[in-house]
Amino acid sequence: MSFWNDPLKVAADWLEGLLTGWGLDAVFAHVLVAFLGVFLLIALLMVLDIFLVWIERKVVARFQDRVGPNRVGPFGLIQPFADIIKLIIKEDTTPGGADKVVYNLAPILSMMSVLILWAVVPLAPVMLGVDLNVGVLFLIAAGAIGTLSIIMAGWSSNNKFAMIGAFRQVAVMVSFEIPMLTMLMIPTIYAGSMSMNTIIQAQDPIPFFILSPLGALIFLIAAIAELGRAPFDLAEGESELVSGFNIEYSGMKFGMFYAGELLHAFTFGGFWMILFFGGYRFFGLEQVSPFLAILILIIKAMIGYWVIMWVKYTMMRIRIDQMLGFNWKFLTPLAFALLLVTALMNALLAGAPTWLYVLGMLLANVVTGWVALEIARSVTRKERMQVEGVKNPVEAHH
Amino acid sequence: MTAQQIIFMIVAAYTIGSGLMVVTTRNLVHAALWLVSTLFGVAVAYALLNANFIAVVQVVVYIGAIAILFIFAVMLTRKDMRDSGPQMNKNWWAGALVAVLVFAGLAFLLSGWSGFRNIAAELPAEFDAIGLLGEALTSPEAFVLPFEVASVLLLAALVGAVYVAFNPRSDKK
Repeated sequence: MSFWNDPLKVAADWLEGLLTGWGLDAVFAHVLVAFLGVFLLIALLMVLDIFLVWIERKVVARFQDRVGPNRVGPFGLIQPFADIIKLIIKEDTTPGGADKVVYNLAPILSMMSVLILWAVVPLAPVMLGVDLNVGVLFLIAAGAIGTLSIIMAGWSSNNKFAMIGAFRQVAVMVSFEIPMLTMLMIPTIYAGSMSMNTIIQAQDPIPFFILSPLGALIFLIAAIAELGRAPFDLAEGESELVSGFNIEYSGMKFGMFYAGELLHAFTFGGFWMILFFGGYRFFGLEQVSPFLAILILIIKAMIGYWVIMWVKYTMMRIRIDQMLGFNWKFLTPLAFALLLVTALMNALLAGAPTWLYVLGMLLANVVTGWVALEIARSVTRKERMQVEGVKNPVEAHH
Repeated sequence: MTAQQIIFMIVAAYTIGSGLMVVTTRNLVHAALWLVSTLFGVAVAYALLNANFIAVVQVVVYIGAIAILFIFAVMLTRKDMRDSGPQMNKNWWAGALVAVLVFAGLAFLLSGWSGFRNIAAELPAEFDAIGLLGEALTSPEAFVLPFEVASVLLLAALVGAVYVAFNPRSDKK
């Protein structure tokens, strides 16, 4: 096995050999090398995170017809480093009456809930943290820690605006977790496994977004809501709540929330690509070298991240009652219906040839989406008629 | 002691310590957060038993849903987060006695079991615990009936909660 085919294993074996050669216990050396691997991955992610700040600012500038950061370094590339220095040397304030331990723990948990997700991300066929057989559920479990960190931040700040922002954000996260979890079951049905690597391998000729475009769309909507980005950015409101749950945080503690949010968006872009667009697969290129596979995954994740940014900077925000109504009355029933239809079609088409299976699944998705839209349209028309009827009883007859 | 036993000891001590903090701290939100920590310790214990699915479900359901619900309920119903009353009532010794007796009884029963002192064997690599669990929950020979009955019970509880909370007058403007 050469370095180019499985670099991680070769490097780990070499290092373990070196450490045991120095007289270390074999088990201890193994644990130490595993820790080093985790440390390396987190360090790389944090460096990537620094550049995500630059990418986010450049992309939003393009959407808003501006130039973006362009003064510090070529194309403003050194700007995020200047920002970091600024964040670090800022005064670290703690509001009066704050619950100090919880207040300081919240940004760490927030960052942790994002970094922990990368434990199950397959970077290349042979490079992954751990191939959990419940990898898909792990995504939701890590999200639970993120939810907890937000409510901790809001409560411990001893500030009613932070508290209200946290309540809103948590209400969104808890409710959109349901369609998200339901949509995670769709790749699970297709692949027959919850392990991320198996899901990617199962998208061999046909990525799952062709089988289930509706599933991919609902997952994206739920992911954006989970991130708390526009149009679901209710925790934030310059005129009413200022910046929501993180209002009292300053310096690097605020930076942790900010960096965590950016990395979270990138990570969900990556998961969207893994679950529905084949992850590191790209017409067999991933077989050439693991390094190429990582590159493909990063490019794909960037595309997913770009779609999330695209939605954020072109959509208007939704009112909280509309958003919760949209989730509970439309998205959740639709997700359940789609899951039922997918499971049923999967059983019916079990022995069918591939083209029939793909066509059947695609048609099932289109029909489910169309029926859901028709039902929603007729219900909203009735509601609108009622509202208009109350306002102007004469006009309602026309 | 093997590495696994040492890890188990640390996790068990952590879980019990967090559990004690839940009942002794006077701040209700802190109690809820310590409860999260206890539940997380239990999840780690499941993971140590090779029950990945149960461990992840423990985090999703108990930390992601139930603990958040507790925190919400405490924050929305209490004006003062500090509990000022006495923490024990006069029957504390009876509770302590029952707890000690239950622990002693369980320890005695388990010490007679042949597997008590053995270290769990490694699962073979192709052992698909989650697939077996799924089949057991949906196969008519196994647990499909209890599983469905539990689902119906939960649905009934859900409908009941909505009924209790629903105020029919608020619907008419």
